[in-house]
Amino acid sequence: MAATTQTIEQVEQATGKYKYGFVTDIESDKAPKGLNEDIVRFISAKKDEPEWMLEWRLKAFRRWQTMTAPDWAKLDIPPIDYQDIHYYSAPKQAQKLKSLDEVDPELLATYEKLGIPLNEQKMLANVAVDAVFDSVSVATTFREELSKAGVIFCPISEAIRDYPELVQRYMGSVIPIGDNYFAALNSAVFTDGSFVYIPKGVRCPMELSTYFRINEQNTGQFERTLIIADDESYVSYLEGCTAPQRDENQLHAAVVELVAKTDAEIKYSTVQNWYPGDENGKGGIYNFVTKRGVCRGDRSKISWTQVETGSAITWKYPSCVLRGKDSVGEFYSVALTNNMQQADTGTKMIHIGEGSRSTIISKGISAGKSQNCYRGLVHMQPTAENARNFTQCDSLLIGDKCGAHTVPYIVSRNPSAKIEHEATTSRISEDQLFYCLQRGIGEEDAVSLIVNGFCKEVMKELPMEFAVEAQKLIGISLEGSVG
Amino acid sequence: MTALLEIRDLHASVGDKPILKGIDLTINTGEVHAIMGPNGSGKSTMSYVLAGRDGYEVTGGDILMNGESLLEMEPDERARAGMFLAFQYPVELPGVGGMSFLRAAVNALRIEAGEEEIDQLGFVKIVREKAKLLGISDDMLKRAVNVGFSGGEKKRYEILQMALLEPTMAVLDETDSGLDVDALRIVSEGVNLLRDPGRAMLVITHYQRLLNHIVPDYVHILADGRIRKSGGKELALEVEESGYAGVDDAA
Repeated sequence: MAATTQTIEQVEQATGKYKYGFVTDIESDKAPKGLNEDIVRFISAKKDEPEWMLEWRLKAFRRWQTMTAPDWAKLDIPPIDYQDIHYYSAPKQAQKLKSLDEVDPELLATYEKLGIPLNEQKMLANVAVDAVFDSVSVATTFREELSKAGVIFCPISEAIRDYPELVQRYMGSVIPIGDNYFAALNSAVFTDGSFVYIPKGVRCPMELSTYFRINEQNTGQFERTLIIADDESYVSYLEGCTAPQRDENQLHAAVVELVAKTDAEIKYSTVQNWYPGDENGKGGIYNFVTKRGVCRGDRSKISWTQVETGSAITWKYPSCVLRGKDSVGEFYSVALTNNMQQADTGTKMIHIGEGSRSTIISKGISAGKSQNCYRGLVHMQPTAENARNFTQCDSLLIGDKCGAHTVPYIVSRNPSAKIEHEATTSRISEDQLFYCLQRGIGEEDAVSLIVNGFCKEVMKELPMEFAVEAQKLIGISLEGSVG
Repeated sequence: MTALLEIRDLHASVGDKPILKGIDLTINTGEVHAIMGPNGSGKSTMSYVLAGRDGYEVTGGDILMNGESLLEMEPDERARAGMFLAFQYPVELPGVGGMSFLRAAVNALRIEAGEEEIDQLGFVKIVREKAKLLGISDDMLKRAVNVGFSGGEKKRYEILQMALLEPTMAVLDETDSGLDVDALRIVSEGVNLLRDPGRAMLVITHYQRLLNHIVPDYVHILADGRIRKSGGKELALEVEESGYAGVDDAA
């Protein structure tokens, strides 16, 4: 069976409840609860890290202790007890894995259930996967084939050991350890994530993908991803995430750094489907993520595409620093909230380079009693001669108990820069709904059809395999929101 | 024999305002009926009441299709039972591709009938064939539903949907409004192709000119929420000559 069909079918089987809510019964190796310097040392030791990495972590930890959590977002975040979380959890298994055959079959079964077959014969056509389970990467596929092209795609813990000079040069260069509270926390305790290096002139021969799964109870997930695209290279990277259905809230504080050099292009797509909590707002993931890319070289390009349907609370602003001359930043986002979900998400486009251009297309959909806020910054620095930005923020409301908010910040320090901002807020009109119903299309299907139409400009930016899944996901996430 | 559609002493209100005040009408399979009436007589209300739109409340009487009451059925259930409404003002669905929309509608019918859903390729072929007869271009089929369509294109698109869904009872609400002579001819030809012994039509119009193209078997004059007069196709000509006032006096 074609992998795409398989994905579609698996999504179709979903009954409308969160279908990834199962727990895998697997023995794990955990750090005791709580956070202090010893835990940071414990994580570093578990990862067999060099001294410089430990020092970096400790510096971040000390910095974090002096910081406070940001409170400017339109979010109601209950207090988080950082001492009540396990900062390290790994599935117990033989030390080194030489091939997928050595991966615990329970784990493989889990990914199978999630629709991410790791078995290479059954792989999604031309997609290499790195699977991160709780704190560690359990499998990375297609590595050999990628290495023939000179592409490095491996868990970041391995990169720290095997490519220390690359990691030392770039880690923290886009998001410094003291950037914000959650980034500092991540820098101290990050456990795994993916590392990608595309050498000069190489077009990565396949889509790269990381699949994140939180399984353990009371565990935080702090992954760290670093992607470097050298001169004239290209890579498309996909990220997916799920978690079991639990009554407690779990913290996910990731950091993603992208570096695009001269004429390089990075396309980063996310389908975020962390457990959103139940209809009364019990449980769910706190998704506090820092993502930023820097277009270092001239004519470089970074494009963020995200479809966010999960998490109880989302705090996330994938950004571009457009340093290179004529560099390009793009942000395409669909953020859907239902029931009691809260999302404060958007982007920052920092224009430094002459002739830099950015496009922001944001589609927010609020249903149930949810609150959905777009927050975005477009900053034209004095050097950004003839830079341009176009922003379009559309909000769609379903029902009368939800909220949509748009908070654009615009700073222009260069008189030649052009900034355009368009925003709309609408409801699914009764006319549209009746028109679909009159054609025999059921109400939920009709809403899903209209909402997918509303998001189309963003959906078409997703790679094929993800687009189909994302479309179905939107339908599923909206179930129960009408009638 | 059971009538296809039987409207019995139908009363309906919009808000607190009574609009339909006792309509009786029986339509058999294969027949084409026209309802004519001045503005505000209740023509559009009647089409929405038949289709089951929210806000159009039936306060008395009944509507039976194949002997079964429609009143408890949702609009989508009525549609799947064979009730089709060609809208006076077709609604735009931004971003919703025409093909996905049409396929969703056809598949909803198929699922109801316990048939397999139609695949994309087979469907495109069928749509193209039917579209050709109505002068609908491939380009139009690729666009979002009704977005940026001219008045004539929207009406043709309604008829295309009727051709694909093959309803047993089709209600055409002011299909002639906003059409120039040429567009009217194309749309009418499309409708005439769909006249079928297995299908009935109810053509709602203000003007007689549409009925030169779609010739009805019966004509009813609606005024102030009641059918004032019924007759053959010659009744439409009478209206043309002496206006609604004249006909109403005769009632």
